[in-house]
Amino acid sequence: MTTAEKTQTAKTPETAPKTAPKTAPKTATETAPDMTAPATQQMTGAEMVLKALADQDVEVVFGYPGGAVLPIYDALFKQNQVRHVLVRHEQGAVHSAEGYARSCGKVGVVLVTSGPGATNAVTGLTDALMDSIPVVCLTGQVPTHLIGNDAFQEADTTGITRPCTKHNYLVKRIEDLPRVMHEAFIVASTGRPGPVVVDLPKDILFAVGAYVGPEQIKMKSYRPQVEPVPDAIDQAVELLRHAKRPIIYSGGGVINAGPHASELLTKLVRTTGFPCTNTLMGLGAMPASDPHFLGMLGMHGTYEANLAMYNCDVMLNVGARFDDRVTGNLKEFSPNSKKIHIDIDPSSINKNVKVDLPIVADAGNALQAILDRWNHKKCAPDGAALSAWWKQIDAWKAKKCLSFDQQGDVIKPQYAIQRLYELTKDRDDVFITTEVGQHQMWAAQHFHFEKPNRWMTSGGLGTMGYGLPAAIGVQMAHRDALVIDIAGEASILMNIQEMSTAVQYRLPVKVFILNNQWMGMVRQWQELIHGGRYSESYTEALPDFVKLAEGFHGVGLRATNVNELDDVILKMIETDAPVIADICVDEKENCFPMIPSGAPHYQMLLGPDDQADKPQSEEGMVLV
Amino acid sequence: MSEIETHTIAVVVDNEPGVLARVIGLFSGRGYNIESLTVSEIDEEQSISRITVVTSGTPMVIEQIKAQLERLVPVHYVSDLTLEGSHVERELALIKVRNSGGNRVEALRIADTFRARTLDSTLESFVFEVTGSVKKIDAFIDLMQALGETEVCRTGVVAIMRGEKVASTN
Repeated sequence: MTTAEKTQTAKTPETAPKTAPKTAPKTATETAPDMTAPATQQMTGAEMVLKALADQDVEVVFGYPGGAVLPIYDALFKQNQVRHVLVRHEQGAVHSAEGYARSCGKVGVVLVTSGPGATNAVTGLTDALMDSIPVVCLTGQVPTHLIGNDAFQEADTTGITRPCTKHNYLVKRIEDLPRVMHEAFIVASTGRPGPVVVDLPKDILFAVGAYVGPEQIKMKSYRPQVEPVPDAIDQAVELLRHAKRPIIYSGGGVINAGPHASELLTKLVRTTGFPCTNTLMGLGAMPASDPHFLGMLGMHGTYEANLAMYNCDVMLNVGARFDDRVTGNLKEFSPNSKKIHIDIDPSSINKNVKVDLPIVADAGNALQAILDRWNHKKCAPDGAALSAWWKQIDAWKAKKCLSFDQQGDVIKPQYAIQRLYELTKDRDDVFITTEVGQHQMWAAQHFHFEKPNRWMTSGGLGTMGYGLPAAIGVQMAHRDALVIDIAGEASILMNIQEMSTAVQYRLPVKVFILNNQWMGMVRQWQELIHGGRYSESYTEALPDFVKLAEGFHGVGLRATNVNELDDVILKMIETDAPVIADICVDEKENCFPMIPSGAPHYQMLLGPDDQADKPQSEEGMVLV
Repeated sequence: MSEIETHTIAVVVDNEPGVLARVIGLFSGRGYNIESLTVSEIDEEQSISRITVVTSGTPMVIEQIKAQLERLVPVHYVSDLTLEGSHVERELALIKVRNSGGNRVEALRIADTFRARTLDSTLESFVFEVTGSVKKIDAFIDLMQALGETEVCRTGVVAIMRGEKVASTN
């Protein structure tokens, strides 16, 4: 269950759009729906949509207008409670809503038109599904009597989005509209969160009916289990107290369970003295500066985290799903451990890895129960075994798997991120989003997070183009924060149009491009398993990113030399406007350590020399 | 690898548009098998349907299938009848056989042994209705095929638990 952190979601100040001010006739406000009217009030479908959004405490909607949703845009025009951010592409709208949701814990809301509006949103919806992000996406639809007739801008939106949403609705009767609107928010935000589409035919938006408030909604089915079974908690505590080589492995489920769950995780780790590793999605749940934290695990995780996973005897998985990027070769995944798996989604349990003790519950509730039980029974870990285990872990740490060699004038990408971290770490308001590729992994490795909800990255789907629109969403939720999209020069071009959105709403997002002129991760794999045949992974004719920023009325900066780096970073931070910082980095650098696809945890490549010694298995080559 | 098992699963759902597509989409999208699937409304007032699906896979896959089905919003509960124990399974088939002469007599005789009802008859054809286990219907069709040109239509399996126990959340 996601619990919105109320303190973080303080109402953001109203911003006037830079261009195209509202030229509302005086009468428009007078016809506004009365938000304080009794729940049985008659209104149009479009007014109901706005009323439901207001009742669901929605402050901002990311959207793009079109024929089928014009009635909603008209209703939007006549009220002041819900603000709208006009994106430049519907994919950007969904990623913005995701960034908003992930940074403040509330549901992100999207409004797009029928046909291409809806199909453009599909990538974002799939992204939100894979990463369990609460999003409600309202799509316009052709009028009910035209559905199925191949009408202009018609698409089978519920058909197309069925496999990429947690649930979707097509509203065919005005009587159903208020219920569906409220259900959409319930489904999106409870249990394992996810995207919900509400498809709204245009005639329904004009139809008049009785509004029903959210307090009157009771769902017929759908009851996610959030409380753990006490007996399972007892068994978990017994396993943990007798563990000799324990590890706590936590994921995005802890972040989704709200900031309190992250506090409980930290408390459990400190109470037990166990080592803790986070998945890519879970970074920030455990403060990176804590000595118990081993860093991220998985394909580009740390040596110590992965070897601790391989060698542990008890594994406590909290809100992670044994993704292939984490497990490596399943047959050799942590072969000698008893596995406890806490997940709110029963279908995540025993999907990839058979576990010994499943606990279906909200991560926060389960962690609280374990802590209570541990304290109640006055448990203590096996001290001698634990210190021997830490000694072993420290030996792995001594490998310094994340080290890199910054020599000469050319900026190493890792160094750029290290400097970005060092120059921002004293601030309490830094939010990082990323695109997808090498820069994303370097950011996960070298930027450190002390708090949850500060790290927004496309983990499951791996969507290039995620970072900039997500940063816009984050900045909408935290107007005065420093929001940085750590990007690659290839990814950023996938949603670069959103610079225009950032400028319009005066959102001072920073795009920090590690520009190596290659699709770095593609090239790295081509080196690893395709004999260095760099098929189409080099981008010729890249734009001048400084001029590009200026063209969007933003600010462009560039660093080509290591001596310029700090100045550019400081200038970027200081600038109260959207910035693109083009950091020209070493073209040939690859991302290590790395567990190649299909390899077990102990076969980590620590650097380029290591790679030559360990030829890739054929089994691994067919994996992604 | 674990052995492949066949399970009969009852899925009780809200009878709303698209619910069958959700169930079928889940099976095709995740690569699960459907050996048979039947669906019909069982409670008109509450608008509830019951889907009976026969599927196969390793025990881990079967667990996944049930967990994935339970996750669908309009699903009320999923009951694994194979796991719950003793249950009865029945299927209904309509079989048309076109033949003449002695084969017609033989077809009627066999239909009688299988307790099949004759729903329609002409001088050149019969339509039989037969109810029973999948195996029984397979056997009946095999015999009819030997006696003439056939056309077959089957409902797929419906199943219910024996005894006083009723299907509900596992």
